[in-house]
Amino acid sequence: MKKNNSNEKKVIGKPFRKVDARAKCTGQTKFADDIVLPRMLFCKMLRSPMPHALIKRIDISKALKLPGVVAVLTGRDLPIPYGILPVSEDEHALCIDKVRFIGDPVAAIAAVDEDTAFDAMDLIEVEYERLDSIASIEDALRPDASRIHEYGDGGNVHKKVSLEFGDIEAGFADADLVREDVFFYEGNTHLPLEQHSAVAILDPDDKLTLWSSTQTPHYVHRALAKVLEMPATHIRVIATPNGGGFGGKSDPFNHEIVVAKLAMVTGRPVKITLTREEVFYCHRGRHPVLMWVKTGAKKDGAITAMHFRSFLDGGAYGSYGVASTFYTGALQTVTYEVPRYKFEGLRVFTNKPPCGPKRGHGTPQPRFALEAQIDKIAEELGLDPVEMRRQHLVKPNTITANYLRVGSIGLGECIDKIVAASDWKNQYRKLPYGKGVGFACSSYICGAGLPIYWNNMPHSGVQLRLDRQGGVCVMCGSIDIGQGSDSILAYIVAEVLGIDPFDIRVITADTDLTPVDLGSYSSRVTLMTGHAALQAAERARELLAKAAAEKLDVPTECISFSDRRVFDVEDAERGMTFAEAVQLAESKFGTIGTVGSYTPPRSPGKYKGAGVGPSPAYSYSAAVAEVDVDPETGIVIVERVWIAHDIGQSINPALVMGQVEGGVYMGLGEVLMEEMAYRGNRNVVHKFPSMLEYKSPTTLEMCDVKTILVEDPDPNGPFGAKEVGQGPLLPVPPAVVNAIYDAVGVRIDEVPATPEKVLAALRAKAQGKDGRFGPKSVPDVEWPEPIRVPTPAEGGDGKELPRVAVHS
Amino acid sequence: MTRTKSQKALIRFTLNGEPSEVAFAPHKTLLEVLREDLGLTGTKHGCELGECGTCTVLIDGQPILSCLFLGLDAEDREVTTIEGMAEGGKLHPLQDTFADLGAAQCGYCTPGFLLVAKELLEKNPSPSRNEIQEALAGNLCRCTGYIKIYEAVELAAARMRGEEVEPPRESIYGFEV
Ligand code: FES
Ligand code: FES
Repeated sequence: MKKNNSNEKKVIGKPFRKVDARAKCTGQTKFADDIVLPRMLFCKMLRSPMPHALIKRIDISKALKLPGVVAVLTGRDLPIPYGILPVSEDEHALCIDKVRFIGDPVAAIAAVDEDTAFDAMDLIEVEYERLDSIASIEDALRPDASRIHEYGDGGNVHKKVSLEFGDIEAGFADADLVREDVFFYEGNTHLPLEQHSAVAILDPDDKLTLWSSTQTPHYVHRALAKVLEMPATHIRVIATPNGGGFGGKSDPFNHEIVVAKLAMVTGRPVKITLTREEVFYCHRGRHPVLMWVKTGAKKDGAITAMHFRSFLDGGAYGSYGVASTFYTGALQTVTYEVPRYKFEGLRVFTNKPPCGPKRGHGTPQPRFALEAQIDKIAEELGLDPVEMRRQHLVKPNTITANYLRVGSIGLGECIDKIVAASDWKNQYRKLPYGKGVGFACSSYICGAGLPIYWNNMPHSGVQLRLDRQGGVCVMCGSIDIGQGSDSILAYIVAEVLGIDPFDIRVITADTDLTPVDLGSYSSRVTLMTGHAALQAAERARELLAKAAAEKLDVPTECISFSDRRVFDVEDAERGMTFAEAVQLAESKFGTIGTVGSYTPPRSPGKYKGAGVGPSPAYSYSAAVAEVDVDPETGIVIVERVWIAHDIGQSINPALVMGQVEGGVYMGLGEVLMEEMAYRGNRNVVHKFPSMLEYKSPTTLEMCDVKTILVEDPDPNGPFGAKEVGQGPLLPVPPAVVNAIYDAVGVRIDEVPATPEKVLAALRAKAQGKDGRFGPKSVPDVEWPEPIRVPTPAEGGDGKELPRVAVHS
Repeated sequence: MTRTKSQKALIRFTLNGEPSEVAFAPHKTLLEVLREDLGLTGTKHGCELGECGTCTVLIDGQPILSCLFLGLDAEDREVTTIEGMAEGGKLHPLQDTFADLGAAQCGYCTPGFLLVAKELLEKNPSPSRNEIQEALAGNLCRCTGYIKIYEAVELAAARMRGEEVEPPRESIYGFEV
């Protein structure tokens, strides 16, 4: 069936306004905190002032007597644990026996107004028994450290993994150069402008509705059903538009469960909106990761083997941590050929707010290490760092050593274009002292190949309803967090049905009304909901085409859809309006509704641990950073970032540009200033729980960004589209530190590259020492016997070798 | 221990061009009065401590942080919020360009940026990129990297000067190499 008069797309690839743009520019978008209901109560949560302590006693009686207080909950009211990953359900909505970080909630109050709830907090008496607190990875690994959780891989180790693909020792033996380097990437947080907020109400029919600023309404729905012991069918979760997410609203949160319970207990609507300080305690941000990388290379820069170790400081709870741990070892292989690869990773619990997924989830840290090390290898081999990378790119349609199936790869084109545009060859090593350029590449997944809880169902579903007025309604569980996912649904359906995106009503993220989509994370939404929308729209089109063909007396294949008309492709005059076509179809088939769904292809990896890393497609980016380093102060100013991104196909180029620029911005913040830091003692007090002190780039720090879009359509993407929400952040931190080296000759092997660190490295260099700032070593730990998987090149089939019992 | 709840105060002022009055607990900030007592939830908040610029409104045409401004102090003043920016259903040129260029991603910071930009263009119809950056430096945006915001301000400025202009091609499609 021809899709249009010609193959020319009417909507895809065009810069249409977002469907919600007008609402956002007129203040009419309803965020969670904008919801006000009659008789609504306000909730405040009392949080632990101790990093690690046993709760000996809680007395809420005085608080309950305060006029205006309607209910007070403690941990015993919500005894069932939960957590985003089935393997680490280690959270309670309110702590029962123990608190694990400053900010861990112990009680919740519902009162007639926020001030009263606030006053009631002072009336709750909590007696704690202080425990030894764990402030760092090293602390956590001490054999005598007190345990934060009673589960995991021993002591305070939450998860320890070891995977080996091929004989790396043979690879190192074959190398002309073997380098070992150590890097540290400090933790940082999402800092969405919108503070988390949720409102719950017991409906007239005794069912529960929760509105929440969440990226994952489906997972919140599951967690509520579990913890409240209610049938999921009696719970409705509506995700409100997120005022920024970046991964920070992807866990089911204690405050969501607490307001739901309070609504049930009081029979009144209950709202909570976190203060900014509390948002810092919610965290789930970037893990601090200490890394050791050993890489072997031939004289021409070809990598012979890589051994990567990562140590993640997970904070107080599991969150997505097991996935984060695997992600720190997953994507090293998808940019340059790595024929043999070994990964060892461990995540520890510490008494800090829990870490989780932030834009790039577990991959910006290893990408930083990898790209910084490659720069050193190129220098040692006397090769141009760009040319060296360019020569050894992964080929399209290959399976990597760790069994990731790479389809399209537009990285070569990204590199060529960025080199030309930035005039790299005339800049690199040619600028005056203090000025420099640095280069880095990266890749990111377009959605995770596996769901968070094991099942065989689609990852995304779309339902379409066409009415006889010509109205089209798209329903999907996805939630718009600013990336434009509502609009993507409208664009795709509009393209297929030949109508205008603004003719479409989009209803999303309501577990009562919309089919499940797993959520706005892992850069999955455009690809997965896009496929589901495409399928639903094509099915509707089929019905309309049949009815129209019958009326026009032409074969169905001759029916075309365009400009709100349905017509004979041979003679465009013969046809009807879109609404008339719906009426014909409705007369013939009954009410018109279709569904579409998407399940990612199966991954070729079959070994234990193969679940993290596979994706239907991989996006690619290459970046050049231009910096100005003041050797007197150590201040680094990033003047400009050139970035080329392989988007596959832009569904809307203006939105793609916005994601690239936003990603560069966030990467810039991470490499220059952002850090979740704690006071340097065992009290583990957060240094900066405020926006003023947690430095993030303003307009004055933000660099100029020059973007190049590369379109290498991927057969697994809808219309060829790949992701852009996360990938463009990744090359920025390493490109900046590589540029600092070009500018002043010091290696900053640690993020953020603050002026203090640059100065320290410059001083060391001036004293004839190593001009480097960064960690010196990684802890010596005993790693488990690796899961050994022969690589595809060795004839492997993706399965691990049977374990040989080792006895000593 | 409990705060004594004082009687509500009543003020008269001009809100988005209309004479208005509102009664509220006298300790409330203008942000709270707007959102809670007047139901104008278009004004957002990101910190309520004067750190993010999200809560910006115009008072007598000047941008102020409504989270640091007492509601009582709005007496007899002219307050403009995002709800008052479009006129008669027609968007302000800045709203149009923000919408077209994708300068509002999550849209949470957008009301604050729009009002600051409105005031900027009223006093400086042809701001340079630097002047735009200076003017917007008190407003944080975590989504856009600010670039689309600058471009939207520049485009609106040109249109308000009467120039018939479209956005530069590279801001929508990127650079051609
Ligand atoms: S809410 Fe952040 S400055 Fe007012
Ligand atoms: S658009 Fe999201 S914070 Fe600015």
